[in-house]
Amino acid sequence: MSQVPAELKYAKSHEWARLLPDGRVEIGITDHAQQALGDLVFVEVPETGRVLEAGAACAVVESVKAASDVYAPIAGTVVEGNAELAATPELINQDCYGRGWLIRVQPASPAALDALLSPEAYAAVLASAEA
Amino acid sequence: MGRKTVLHDLHGALGARMVDFGGWDMPVNYGSQIEEHHRVRRDAGVFDVSHMCVIDLRGPGVRAFLSRLLANDVGKLWKSGKALYSCMLNEAGGVIDDLIVYYQGEQWWRLVVNAGTRDKDLAWMRRCASEWQAELFIIERTDLAILAVQGPQARSRVASLLEAEDREPALSLGAYEARECGLWFVARTGYTGEDGFEVMLPAEEAPSVWRALNAAGVASCGLGARDTLRLEAGMNLYGNDMDEQHHPLESNLAWTVAFEPAQRDFVGRAALERLRSAGVPHKLVGLLLEDRGVLRAHQRVIVAGEGEGEITSGSFSPTLERSIAFARVPRTVTDVVQVEIRGKWLPARVVKLPFVRHGRVLINL
Repeated sequence: MSQVPAELKYAKSHEWARLLPDGRVEIGITDHAQQALGDLVFVEVPETGRVLEAGAACAVVESVKAASDVYAPIAGTVVEGNAELAATPELINQDCYGRGWLIRVQPASPAALDALLSPEAYAAVLASAEA
Repeated sequence: MGRKTVLHDLHGALGARMVDFGGWDMPVNYGSQIEEHHRVRRDAGVFDVSHMCVIDLRGPGVRAFLSRLLANDVGKLWKSGKALYSCMLNEAGGVIDDLIVYYQGEQWWRLVVNAGTRDKDLAWMRRCASEWQAELFIIERTDLAILAVQGPQARSRVASLLEAEDREPALSLGAYEARECGLWFVARTGYTGEDGFEVMLPAEEAPSVWRALNAAGVASCGLGARDTLRLEAGMNLYGNDMDEQHHPLESNLAWTVAFEPAQRDFVGRAALERLRSAGVPHKLVGLLLEDRGVLRAHQRVIVAGEGEGEITSGSFSPTLERSIAFARVPRTVTDVVQVEIRGKWLPARVVKLPFVRHGRVLINL
């Protein structure tokens, strides 16, 4: 069973979002997503300054099996991409909620996270998909 | 739900992630595809390939039948126990399937064909046999499982499970040779570029043999690793790298077509001879991506000044830690092409196949 940490918010398309103390939001893919993809071998993150719309493709993660788009769970401006992933994409497999984060964004609205799924709601999405 | 092999429950118990492979529910990995890939290159791994189809041909007419049916020449099989890789073509020279034919005796031959082509292969063979009035029986062996045990330590690990009197003869098999060991059929063949055995055995024995192999240090490996291993080894995948629309001469399979002896009239021969004398405009080559990124099937390829091509198989190579591919490109290609990945054009180098064989990298990185 995949992990769904209680302190994060989620999108149905299997991204997570974490509100950082400075008001920025860290984004990554969930444990379910990394398990489904398998060993990650290539990650492409957007440049700093790029403006993202909620739900738009914002990054690409490729496993040995396939390439997969990552969708921005919230609207905002990219302030940082995880530079470590270029050389070590496997960080996403090893620690998808920690060192395997993808991007940090300045949210367009302080209330952006409110529209996302709670851990309970995301776990229910997973349960119904696996049923 | 797809079709299941006899090992399906065991794969589940071993934590396999299952996916659809040509209508079969098969393990893609048991955790890490890359780890499984390395185990085969460095030690030994076992793959369930029971979805592939074993067809026994028995009767006095088999040699003449196969001599006409296959593009490679079973005339090369004169010593009992030898095996041969071949394409089975249609009249236009398109590839119906690729297969291995094992010669065990004048009246007993065995073919192993792909899972996804099983039904059309059998229908084609039965039609040809009937049209040519061939004296033979075509027997689909659904009672067998196939375990591909591959890697530098694979043969000794399999031998440890054989009856004492079978060990030495099994270990003495040369490449592309096979023999019966009791109810097992042990063949020194594979699809990984490593040494190893493919073992066909009664289906009901397969789960306990798998467990015994695991206990002997052979890793369970999924079909994901099998795909990256065969790609590194420069081996074609039916449906990707050749199919009924693509003939062997544009699929890096000319070496499997026996035009000699000239009087052997096999299906597809006339078409291939016409294509050959007209000049084949395309060929299948190996590509190494210079930058980061992953080459994938169907990406567009541009050969400057010569035209376009397409990637037929591509992936990340765990051994090279770079992306590699096969691409069908204009024959005049030289050393560099451009590949379109998500709207960007990236340079890839044309390299001689295979990329890797017997654990060694054979290209310059």
